[in-house]
Amino acid sequence: MIGTGAAVMTDTAPVVAPLAEATGVFSYLWLLIALPLFGAAVLLLGGRRTNRWGHLLGSTTVVLAAVYAVILLVNLMARPEDDRAIGQTLFEWVFVGGFTAPAALQLDQLSMVFVLLITIVGSLIHIYSIGYMDHDPDRRKFFGFLNLFVAAMLLLVLADNYLLLYVGWEGVGLASYLLIGFWQWKPSAAAAAKKAFVMNRVGDVGLSLAIMLIFITFGTVTFDEVFTEAGQASESTLTWIGLLLLLAAAGKSAQFPLQAWLLDAMEGPTPVSALIHAATMVTAGVYLIVRSNAIYDGTIFALTTVLVIGVITMFLGAIIASAKDDIKKSLAGSTMSQIGYMVLAAGLGPVGYVFAIFHLLTHGVFKANLFLGAGSVIHAMKDQQDMRRYGALRAVMIITFLSFASATLAIMGIPPFSGFWSKDSIIHAAFEVSLVAGISGMLAAGLTGFYMTRMFTMTFLGKARWEDDQHPHESKPVMTIPLIILGIGSAFTGMALLFWGDIVSWLTPVTGLQENELPLPTIAYEGMTLALVLIGAGWAYAMYRRDVPIEAPQDVNILTKAARNSMYDDAINDVLVVQPTYSVSRAFVGLDNKGIDGVVNGLAALVGGTGAKLRRWQTGFARSYALAMVGGAVLVVVVLAVVRLP
Amino acid sequence: MSPDHYILLSVVLFTIGTIGVLVRRNAIVVFMSIELMLNSANLAFVAFARMHGNLDGQVIAFFVMVVAAAEVVVGLAIIVALYRSRRSASIDEPNLLKY
Amino acid sequence: MTTIPWLTILMVVPLVGSLLMIFLPRGNARLIKQTALVFALATLVLTIAMGLQFDGQSTAAFQFTESYAWIPAFGISYSVGVDGIGLVLVALAATLVPVVILAGWRDVPDESAKGYFALLLVLDTLMIGVFAATDVFLFYVLFEVMLIPIYFLIGRYGGANRAYAAVKFLIYSLVGGLLMLAALIGLYVVSANELGQGTFDFATLVGLDIDPNTQKVLFLGFFIAFAIKAPLWPFHTWLPDAAKESTPATAVLLIGVLDKVGTFGMIRYLLPIFPAASEFYAPLIIALAVIGIIYGALVALGQTDMKRLFAYSSMSHFGFIALGIFVFTSWGASGSTIYMLAHGLSTAALFLAAGFLMSRSGGSSAIAAYGGVNKKAPILAGFLLFGTMSSLALPGLASFVGEFLVLLGTFARYIAVGVIATIGIVLTAAYALRLYQKVATGPASPAVEGITDLKGREVTALAPIVLLTIVLGVFPAPVFNVVNPAVERTLEIVGVTDPPPVIGVQGGEQ
Repeated sequence: MIGTGAAVMTDTAPVVAPLAEATGVFSYLWLLIALPLFGAAVLLLGGRRTNRWGHLLGSTTVVLAAVYAVILLVNLMARPEDDRAIGQTLFEWVFVGGFTAPAALQLDQLSMVFVLLITIVGSLIHIYSIGYMDHDPDRRKFFGFLNLFVAAMLLLVLADNYLLLYVGWEGVGLASYLLIGFWQWKPSAAAAAKKAFVMNRVGDVGLSLAIMLIFITFGTVTFDEVFTEAGQASESTLTWIGLLLLLAAAGKSAQFPLQAWLLDAMEGPTPVSALIHAATMVTAGVYLIVRSNAIYDGTIFALTTVLVIGVITMFLGAIIASAKDDIKKSLAGSTMSQIGYMVLAAGLGPVGYVFAIFHLLTHGVFKANLFLGAGSVIHAMKDQQDMRRYGALRAVMIITFLSFASATLAIMGIPPFSGFWSKDSIIHAAFEVSLVAGISGMLAAGLTGFYMTRMFTMTFLGKARWEDDQHPHESKPVMTIPLIILGIGSAFTGMALLFWGDIVSWLTPVTGLQENELPLPTIAYEGMTLALVLIGAGWAYAMYRRDVPIEAPQDVNILTKAARNSMYDDAINDVLVVQPTYSVSRAFVGLDNKGIDGVVNGLAALVGGTGAKLRRWQTGFARSYALAMVGGAVLVVVVLAVVRLP
Repeated sequence: MSPDHYILLSVVLFTIGTIGVLVRRNAIVVFMSIELMLNSANLAFVAFARMHGNLDGQVIAFFVMVVAAAEVVVGLAIIVALYRSRRSASIDEPNLLKY
Repeated sequence: MTTIPWLTILMVVPLVGSLLMIFLPRGNARLIKQTALVFALATLVLTIAMGLQFDGQSTAAFQFTESYAWIPAFGISYSVGVDGIGLVLVALAATLVPVVILAGWRDVPDESAKGYFALLLVLDTLMIGVFAATDVFLFYVLFEVMLIPIYFLIGRYGGANRAYAAVKFLIYSLVGGLLMLAALIGLYVVSANELGQGTFDFATLVGLDIDPNTQKVLFLGFFIAFAIKAPLWPFHTWLPDAAKESTPATAVLLIGVLDKVGTFGMIRYLLPIFPAASEFYAPLIIALAVIGIIYGALVALGQTDMKRLFAYSSMSHFGFIALGIFVFTSWGASGSTIYMLAHGLSTAALFLAAGFLMSRSGGSSAIAAYGGVNKKAPILAGFLLFGTMSSLALPGLASFVGEFLVLLGTFARYIAVGVIATIGIVLTAAYALRLYQKVATGPASPAVEGITDLKGREVTALAPIVLLTIVLGVFPAPVFNVVNPAVERTLEIVGVTDPPPVIGVQGGEQ
């Protein structure tokens, strides 16, 4: 399936060079993580004392980290192309026998773009949250958790070995758990948080096993050393590592079959959904796969599996997004679908790695924009999330409307908005490798056009279907300014990265790049994609422009029903995993109480019962005892005599 | 010199003592029978000591006497206490120490 | 070497404290508690002072050694000394005693405070002694004597069903102890046959060349004793009862420290003295350990009582520890040692936080009685969550370092076993978070409605645990520095080396 037909035009291998020592401005690399971590520590340990200024400190640390990240970028750009990987060892962390995993950071082109995405989008979301969480009594704690998240996410992308990456990986999981369950007095939020953590743990099994397999294969877990040696490992080993890493990625990035937690994760406050469950954390799986490109290069099977998983999730997410009435759940479906695109791209191998990251970056911006816009709407509608109760919000929320529109055009891939450049690159790359993947990418783009137009129309256009006590109004500047910035970002990030930032040649030293020839000119693929998007968009507009019933119609086809139930993912997990586990658990509890403890108590009862019987021999007659003694003595003498006889 | 006679006497005394313990009900008599058994053992000890020509057996006989004396003190005290509470010195009556 | 008899001082200080308490007036509970705390803290300070002088580079098997003849006729001596593993566990015991004294300030009514705190101090002495003994007989004696204070701590100060739990614990332990005694005597006889003069000295016993078949028999005696103490599946059923009926302080010392004597015994005595038998029985023990991991986690998932849940979770964790010891890799063994330490800390966090919760809401330990603690007492819920995270081995905490190394060591030796054990981490997350979800989130239950948050004393007791768990998770180097040499020596005696990587970059040989 991979590499059919098309002739290779260019093929650039990743640059393998030792990491440069962190000097000068780079020697404070650790500050990137330390700043938000410091914020988290102060806010979470400081208690109520920090209530008044906690949100300011929390935002400041992330903004400072963003400023430092920009300084790092400028300095990194000034270095020659093959010397842009900086390493900094902080201290020895785990070392036993031949196993060492230092606490060491690595800043290269790939980490750099992630650091920028995390800190800049993170800063905007922090600032937005000041307004969004204004009335929440636990705002300080919220910022503490957000800071913790940023620190962990930065650790994840800056770690120079798999084990340290694992710490960041689980750290973001913890932050995600805490923030999904932020309003934990709501049982649904607490359940969603637990579900997210446990499903992520399934992915963690993959990551743990992958790290172990990497170690017993290569004798090291440091990226640099593993990737240098990757070519020498057998293909079956690489395939196993690749599949295990994919399992990890599927958990964190909500890919099939571990996708069920993401929709529930929308129980968290909306800025959390924007930062963690759209822009950054859920893309960590893509990072992991692209980072490990040297491993996937040696295993067509694992790579193809990545591709297939990406395609499946892409459609799954898009279908769910098309049917959900809850604006956040619809967006969550869309996130799944877009990450599906990225995973698809990563599954294309060197042809697609760069574009996976490119789409990841533009998606980070416009999806954060969409979520924050949705948050602004939800705020205005007094926590109503049902799009059937929206409509005609354009008039009252013009800034939100415009910024949301920019992001909608971006995600649909309308030129010249961001998503067009990144998504079309992926579709183009997919055609370079496989016709099926390419066509899938196009069709999903059409679905994107449908569900985004549906969401946009139901929310901002048409007639007002508000409840009586709702008087929507535009949000405060502290919320709208980030929206404006992100709106501009949604429009121009794609172009900026592609033309000004030259993202492709920037990332190539890390990921490698291969370009294959295609039978048709690029413009033809772009044209077809755009046509599909417009068909989808037009269809949705036609459907939802006029009347949207407040109650969702029940006489719908099977697919819509399934999509409304998130493709029955919970039911499937329940039948396949959850119920069997609890059944076994109950059986074991019974076994333990009745079986094993029964044996123990049975033995005790046996000893006790025997004692009770033997007791009867104690008649209390001293002369009987004396007779017994004599009898015993005689017996002893007789035995002695008999034994002595021969 | 053969110790046979002494041993024989010792066995006879021991047997009388044993039967006394088993068949008599009066605690005092039982007690005396026990003393008889102890002394028969003493006799055997002394006889063997004499036979082997060392003092080990005699020393042990002294030990036995001391222990027997101590035991008599305790035993008689128990019998007296029993008699006071039950107006009887029969050893079949106090059977409280059963199951 | 130092001439100061550090370990004897460590054992004497709490003992003096408990003897002193006999003379304190029964009515003055405050004075009694303060005395107990002062002596426990003094022990801790002395332990730290000793730990700082421990030489990680030293080639000697044991440091701070002392040896005095005790019963020379049987080759029994009072010999103490620690290697890295012993040091870590002595430190754990010395740390947890002051913590539980502070946390258990109001565990018992004032009039019975005297006995309670005196027993805790006696236990301190015995725990330090059992980890420090280098004479097998001394170890055995302390191993058995330890039962006495714990028996009274459970049987006198425990919950409603305390008598049953205490006797069950005692009988279980005595059965193990009896088998151990038999094996111990056997070991003495073997040494007498081989050397002419029997001995219980650990170093001499390690040097013996025991016939493999004899080893297999003697090994079992020791192993069953350790497996009951640790406890491994299926010798575990005393633990849930004992844990449920104990006061939180007792439960912490019982599960956090005392049970570690079992796993400590495996790594200290079984591996070096019976290397051939260890290899012979390793598959069996690994099987028991893996069953324990999965079984314990599944049973924990179905528990309706907090303390019983913690007990089953501990059983699962002890499976990990035993697994790490019997896969014979330096990763597994070092990982197990760190895991012992981390498990002691996480157990303390969980039991004490749960204990604080129970003491302020009527004392029930049923999970169903609680809900919404986070809303009423966020600090308490925070500690509970921390304990949960520590229990599920969140990366960045000490337990992760231990658990990962154990899994790595297992995986490197037996891939399939490693995979099964790794699945355990999902179950751990499931039961740990289920507990937190039911207890701390959702609407406040009637029992939780009126509770207050933690106060200064309680926070002071828990804070060091949290701090240590984080510090050792982020910077475990000090522990590795002392533990690694001890582990290497042990594995050298057993005669095994780590499997080398398939493709060597740095090679696994150093």
